[in-house]
Amino acid sequence: MKPAPFVYHDPRSLSEAIDLLASLDNARVLAGGQSLMPMMNFRYAMPDHLIDLNKIGELAYLHGEGDTLRIGAMTRQRDLEFSAEVGRRCPILHEALDHVGHRQTRNRGTIGGSLCHLDPSAELVNVTALLGGTLHAASKCGKRDIAFAEFAAAYMTTSLEPDELLAGITLPLPGRQYGHAFVEFARRHGDFAIVACSALIGLDRNANIADAAIALSGLGHAPVRPVSIERGLKGQKADVDAFKAAAAEAAKLDATTDAYVTAAYRRHRARVLTYRALKQAAARAMEKANG
Amino acid sequence: MADMRTIAVTVNECVYRREVETRMTLVDFLRHELDLTGTHVGCEHGVCGACTVLVGGASARACLLLAVQCDGAEVATVESLSDGEKLNPLQQAFQDNHGLQCGFCTPGVLMTLTEFLRDHPDPGEAEVRDALSGNLCRCTGYQAIVAAALDAAKRMREGA
Repeated sequence: MKPAPFVYHDPRSLSEAIDLLASLDNARVLAGGQSLMPMMNFRYAMPDHLIDLNKIGELAYLHGEGDTLRIGAMTRQRDLEFSAEVGRRCPILHEALDHVGHRQTRNRGTIGGSLCHLDPSAELVNVTALLGGTLHAASKCGKRDIAFAEFAAAYMTTSLEPDELLAGITLPLPGRQYGHAFVEFARRHGDFAIVACSALIGLDRNANIADAAIALSGLGHAPVRPVSIERGLKGQKADVDAFKAAAAEAAKLDATTDAYVTAAYRRHRARVLTYRALKQAAARAMEKANG
Repeated sequence: MADMRTIAVTVNECVYRREVETRMTLVDFLRHELDLTGTHVGCEHGVCGACTVLVGGASARACLLLAVQCDGAEVATVESLSDGEKLNPLQQAFQDNHGLQCGFCTPGVLMTLTEFLRDHPDPGEAEVRDALSGNLCRCTGYQAIVAAALDAAKRMREGA
């Protein structure tokens, strides 16, 4: 099908874009178009006004700043995938991007678009949850920082106000001693995952777990950080028994059933993937400690 | 009232100026405005890859781009590959290896591989399969496509 008629706007600056967003009724913001365009072609989305951000150069950037990475909303997934800085400072983002769509979609798709589309198992959403990213919203009324936990309001629904758009994101980077892993299970490579799990593990001097972070996607409407499991790992020996126990806890998390996948199967996947992610993250942390 | 814009798009090194409705996708622009019907329309939601073209040298789904977004851009379609009747090495490798049956997915496959082989002149089979993961073919089972891609890479390295 074809998109329903709309009026097209292509502002050249962020301020022009937020002025348009404030003044137009039933307007949608277009980023890379890899999700909104299909929705418009299917007429799931029928905006009266389309505000295309692709000509706003100031929204595409990537800066390392101290122990954070600041990324513009219109930064293409492909630019992140091929960024040496991302590879060096945030390798888990690279590992996650390996699973994002296909080259043709990553050439256009943006990090801001992924975050705002908020598919429950989107990889970039998962990594933002894992790292505890901060989202920078902009509107005519000013700027607002939103913690990821407050950003995912409901199924594919962000807490952005109708006159706000996502301008950028700040990801706090884990220390260099952390090991990371991103694993997922999808029907085909490049599909949205049924369940995805990312993990970070830091070890202490005795090779016990000093810190652990886990983000699981695909169980509910947004990735979850199972903090009780993360806390339970602290102080434990980084061995298979600890990871198995954590994985068994992950299999008890709430999950939803939809037309394709049952909650029981999602929980089963959560157990398997949590185990794999923790094991790999710990092995990498160990390599760093020994290397 | 339809929202119209006049755009100038360079397609296969020719500049085309047209007045189009802003909701027109790039693939419909190529096919209906320019009569370049080599680019196929498949799923219209970015899954099948049949409409893949190069925009500014980078592969993209032409069903997920608006023509108006390509104002001033350089687009390359499957029509750019051959020199008149003479197939280019990639196309010739497809013919020689039976890399197509019905041919519906082929334009998208060829454009995907044009970008891929430009950037990876000596790929392994696994890399070729990964590069093709965004192009659905329902006839071949992919073996012949992969064989054609590897053969094309070899011919291009040998300066065919």
